Amino acid sequence: MSVLPYLVAGWIFLIGCYGLATSRNLIHAVGCLAVCQASTYVLLLAVGYRDGGTAPVFSDLRPGARPVVDPVVQALTLTDVVVGATVTALLLALVVQVGKRHGTVNPDELSELRG
Amino acid sequence: MTLTPAATLPLIVATPLLGAAFLVAAGRRMPRRAAETAGTVFAAATAVLALSVLLRGTAPDAPGARAVAWLGGWHPHGGAGVGIVLVGDRTGVGLAAVTSLLVVAVLAYSWRYFDEPPNRQAGTFPALVLIFQAGMCGFALTGDLFNAFVFFELMGVVAYALTGYRVEEKRAVQGALTFGVVNSLGGYATLLGVGLLYGRTGELGFAQIGARLADRPGGSDGGASGGPDLLVLTAFVLVLTGLLVKAAAVPFHFWLPDAHAVAPTPVCMLLSGVMVELGVYGTARVYWTVFAGPGGIPTADAHRMLLTLGTLTAVVGAFMCWQQRHLKRMLAFSTVAHTGLFLVGLAVMTPEGTGGTALYVLAHAGVKAALFAAMGILLDRYRSVDELELHGRGRELPLVGVVCAAGGLALAGLPPFGTGLGKAVTEEAAGGWQAALFVVVSAVTGGAVLRAVARIFLGMGVRPEAAGQAEARADETSGTDEEPETAGPLSRIPDTMLAVPVVLLAAALAVGVVPGLHAAVGRATDAFLDRAGYAAAVLHTPPAASVPSPGPHWSVAGVGLGLLSAALACLLARWAVRRTGPAHPARWAAPVRRLHSGHIGDYVAFVLAGITLVAALLLPSLH
Repeated sequence: MSVLPYLVAGWIFLIGCYGLATSRNLIHAVGCLAVCQASTYVLLLAVGYRDGGTAPVFSDLRPGARPVVDPVVQALTLTDVVVGATVTALLLALVVQVGKRHGTVNPDELSELRG
Repeated sequence: MTLTPAATLPLIVATPLLGAAFLVAAGRRMPRRAAETAGTVFAAATAVLALSVLLRGTAPDAPGARAVAWLGGWHPHGGAGVGIVLVGDRTGVGLAAVTSLLVVAVLAYSWRYFDEPPNRQAGTFPALVLIFQAGMCGFALTGDLFNAFVFFELMGVVAYALTGYRVEEKRAVQGALTFGVVNSLGGYATLLGVGLLYGRTGELGFAQIGARLADRPGGSDGGASGGPDLLVLTAFVLVLTGLLVKAAAVPFHFWLPDAHAVAPTPVCMLLSGVMVELGVYGTARVYWTVFAGPGGIPTADAHRMLLTLGTLTAVVGAFMCWQQRHLKRMLAFSTVAHTGLFLVGLAVMTPEGTGGTALYVLAHAGVKAALFAAMGILLDRYRSVDELELHGRGRELPLVGVVCAAGGLALAGLPPFGTGLGKAVTEEAAGGWQAALFVVVSAVTGGAVLRAVARIFLGMGVRPEAAGQAEARADETSGTDEEPETAGPLSRIPDTMLAVPVVLLAAALAVGVVPGLHAAVGRATDAFLDRAGYAAAVLHTPPAASVPSPGPHWSVAGVGLGLLSAALACLLARWAVRRTGPAHPARWAAPVRRLHSGHIGDYVAFVLAGITLVAALLLPSLH
């Protein structure tokens, strides 16, 4: 199994963190968080991938006839997508409120809480 | 039909979720009082369920009582399985019970707390709190790493929503956003670690992963070369990242003061009282049940990592706590400092250290929640949580002053409060310079509270207007123009708002003085550290015999050190209010303060730095 997908997952996570750390716009920052999360999808699917495998649907497939990819990680990924959708939606809603109350979505100009 | 402990476990998670669903469905048509009563009833029912499991499991004739519930009936075969498991050992169920009791206290506190229910929806707040409860109880009970992540995110999302509950407020939404971004990033790091572990072992359960790690070639020869390889080490660091962010260990802690300063007070009681401690619990649980065996992380390396992080966290937390004039922010940093002490206690790696930490966490929940409740009263009455602005104004609230003073002394570790006992047992187990660290850190955090009590309730010290220091400087959060959570200033403090902190303090006192509880904590700790017993209960293999250790108990040295740190706290508070110079000079403190910039990008950079730090501390374990 190639190590490339794991390196790609690590790269996506780090590039998302870089975006978060340098972001000048909170909507962009929440997008970067979603990029970080995308790395978990890549990693999970890479873990479950089998060479020459097919979808783990056994209705028209005799068990043991040919390799199937791991269904557990697909379930995990699906759960992860649901979690991510919730978090992203909530954070974007908070950004909307930040924009309304502070009149800016630039994190450099949010200086109410310090020290 | 009688409910077995195993059958009760899923109900502990399901009951608050059902309650939340009920409130969402029916809350629109219910008057506020009915919605709040329903919320309290569901929370209390959950507490009763958790307590019933706990009491049956802690009977003296049930030495290794662990209730194990395989959801959906997917039992493992031959040590391998695909089912999802809830494991109710005493520590987990005990935490679920504490969480539920605190939720009941918080809901009772907020009966009269929010004057304005949100538009047309009286059930919103209790429903959110119930989902929060379900997430926390689930996290305490789960025996499955992926489910731990899901419950982690569930309690996270509700906590962000509750922090930003008052969406009209500038600071609340900003703090909630920071909280959300940093915690979610930590959660995704945890998920990456879970994915790596699944790739290596093909398992998701704590016990199963632990068993598979030991099977690795080179890892099964009695632990001689049983250290982790690079993948296991990376997975451990990543899994720990999310838990340490939740536990607010330095340098993962930056979200916490921002979130605590802006969240509604009842929410702070839950955040500081149990949620942060669940991060500590998760760290200990993941280490002991998954990574402590062969093929995992050797004890010496885990000790070094926990001790370094814990010391750093305790020192930074205590330092920043002393610098604050915003009362809720002060308590938030005090929580950071205590988290550091808990991590140092876990780093001892013995039943004594862990048992002491468990007692400390238990009593800390009561004390910290009581102190936040008292701050909520001040906020609603005076529309301010600024120590300097409130100077002398608390004289008309003697009972609140007594609660705050007792809470401050309890934080400093005064016997016979449970915090004093937990601190004494832990510092005795840790010994050496770590005992001094416990005394100093608890004295500083207690002293900061006592300083505020002396200024606010006794009017001691120079009036801030006279000293020309009432105005906030640019680099600090003062708390002068906080929005109260009621429509107008309270003229009379509602009885429930006064009774809840008093009861919570009494509970913290009871933790210190009820000997039966100490024995129960000792048994719970033995079971918690018994990795083989946990695996045996989950995987249905024959258990090994374990040696019970004596539970935590008072010692002369412990009482002496507790009195010493309480006295030290009083002296510190007295020194602070007596000084005629500016209350917060500390130009030399500016570099550390400036790190808390409130900027999301900075905090994310610190999370990455923290991951690097943890990895560097564990690197010597690599073979």
